Amino acid sequence: MGLLLRKLFRRRIVLLAALVLLTVVLIAMAAQWVTPYDPNDTAVLERLNAPSASHYLGTDELGRDLFSRIAFGGRYSLAIAALTAFGAILGGTLLGLVAGFFRRLDAPLMRIVDAMMSLPDILLAIALVAILGPSLLNVVLALVLVYTPRVARVVRASTLVVRELLFVEAARALGIATWRILWRHILPNLLSPILVQASFIFAYAILAEAALSFLGVGVPPEIPTWGTMVAGGQQYAHQSLGVVLYPGLAIILTALSLQVLGDGVRDLLDPRLKKSM
Amino acid sequence: MLRYLASRLAGMLLVLAIVAVLVFVLTRAASGDPISVLLGDQATAADIARVQVQYGLDRPLPVQFLYWLKELAQGNLGDSIFLQRPVLQALAERAEPTTLLSLLAVAIATVIGVPCGIVGAVFRGRVIDQVFTSLAMLGASIPSFWLGLVLMQLFAVSLGWFPVSGYGDPGATLAERLHYLVLPATVLGLLNSALIIRFTRASMLDVLGEDYVRTARAKGLGEWPVVLKHALRNALVPIVTVIGLTVALMIGGAVVTETVFGLPGVGSLVVNAVLRRDYPVIQGALLVIAAIYVVINFLVDLLYMAVDPRVKY
Repeated sequence: MGLLLRKLFRRRIVLLAALVLLTVVLIAMAAQWVTPYDPNDTAVLERLNAPSASHYLGTDELGRDLFSRIAFGGRYSLAIAALTAFGAILGGTLLGLVAGFFRRLDAPLMRIVDAMMSLPDILLAIALVAILGPSLLNVVLALVLVYTPRVARVVRASTLVVRELLFVEAARALGIATWRILWRHILPNLLSPILVQASFIFAYAILAEAALSFLGVGVPPEIPTWGTMVAGGQQYAHQSLGVVLYPGLAIILTALSLQVLGDGVRDLLDPRLKKSM
Repeated sequence: MLRYLASRLAGMLLVLAIVAVLVFVLTRAASGDPISVLLGDQATAADIARVQVQYGLDRPLPVQFLYWLKELAQGNLGDSIFLQRPVLQALAERAEPTTLLSLLAVAIATVIGVPCGIVGAVFRGRVIDQVFTSLAMLGASIPSFWLGLVLMQLFAVSLGWFPVSGYGDPGATLAERLHYLVLPATVLGLLNSALIIRFTRASMLDVLGEDYVRTARAKGLGEWPVVLKHALRNALVPIVTVIGLTVALMIGGAVVTETVFGLPGVGSLVVNAVLRRDYPVIQGALLVIAAIYVVINFLVDLLYMAVDPRVKY
């Protein structure tokens, strides 16, 4: 593990991405200690201030400190994305394993996956949130449903390869129970594609949550997430671009470092891909 | 060939049938009742019951589904509950801005993505390749609404080069329309070029390692004729696929950008329908968008044969 990490971070860009991500997560987790203001404290006289020594990133349309809001908003944005990635990986792995291993279930399950993937992610997410109702948990649930088919497709493809390998045949010949073959012999060999998918879905979920909240069909506007902050600030953008600029930069920084990290992991764990990607 | 076409068509219909079931089940599982939204607080139970009968909402769900399928088979997507017109008509009215936007955006994405991908593959590992690869990843990390708002602030509000939002007067000429579409298409084009850069680069890298490329070099051809004539032509299949998929996904995926720039497209129709629980519009729009996606996929498959004569079905 230590060796793997050292190999991963030999590419400086990957190390940088990991450090940026770590910083973002730490600032969000320690928000109440590192931020100078309460994220909801309004100060009418200090509306739309430019960045200064007292307000690192300036203030929003109600005079609330932007840095504090981005730090606290990061908690929600990161938590939603992390839960989404976790749920989609769980569901997608299960579906993909079943479809890849039990040939009879393959076609029906994959047609449903095809059907869900024939709708653009964001549109499907909008429809799902509309049906479930806008709340934090329902946004997570909708995004899990959107990204599960993507994971299922990747896991199925890898399962199809692994199930034909000799050690699986040997395990079957030994009479080992099917669920045990799946758990002990197949799943461990799928870890690298699953890990890569997890980091990408984490990044996509950050972007998707922001888009949903921006459209007004996601997280309720009174909860500060990076998406609701941009949505709330857009009509004041002509007075002070910061209200839109900085929450967006937080989104970009986080999504970008997650993708660089995912790419690094892919190169490391799957040297065959290095040639083409 | 014919057998292949028939089986592909059957597969398409199957996927669309599953989409229809999913869409129907999802919209009926929704919380909130469109009739009470439509009639407001003053409506009596009798009023609601009467309108429910009018839209067939009082019948059992399987019956409603079969009725819907029968209408679908006749090309009827039903009537919008709020817009007081057929769903198909509402979609057709919104089709122009979305189609123009998608085509313009994909053109921009292709013009950026394919050359950058080729250069990245040819100069693999060098600084220019790393720059393009990093830009591609950056493009996949920027929220479209954010880039839209920032560009709007810069080029429409501050510099005044482009209109801030909307789609012009009803009688506006095509040139005026395009003026409204420049900024949104730029946003979508820039962001979607990321995927095209990655696919072009990967596909070119595969091909550049082939024997016939080495032969072409060995017989003394210059590097660029080799790249553009021998390699690119063989790398086209995945590139065409990703461009086709981008078009297909853009039709419904442009919803956020359409909203930012106030374009009266399919995306904003769906968002409004969702906010008002206008089931027939949600169902119809999702189904049509899925159908467009599936059909474009099919057309891309057919295009393979034109691009690459080795592909035979």
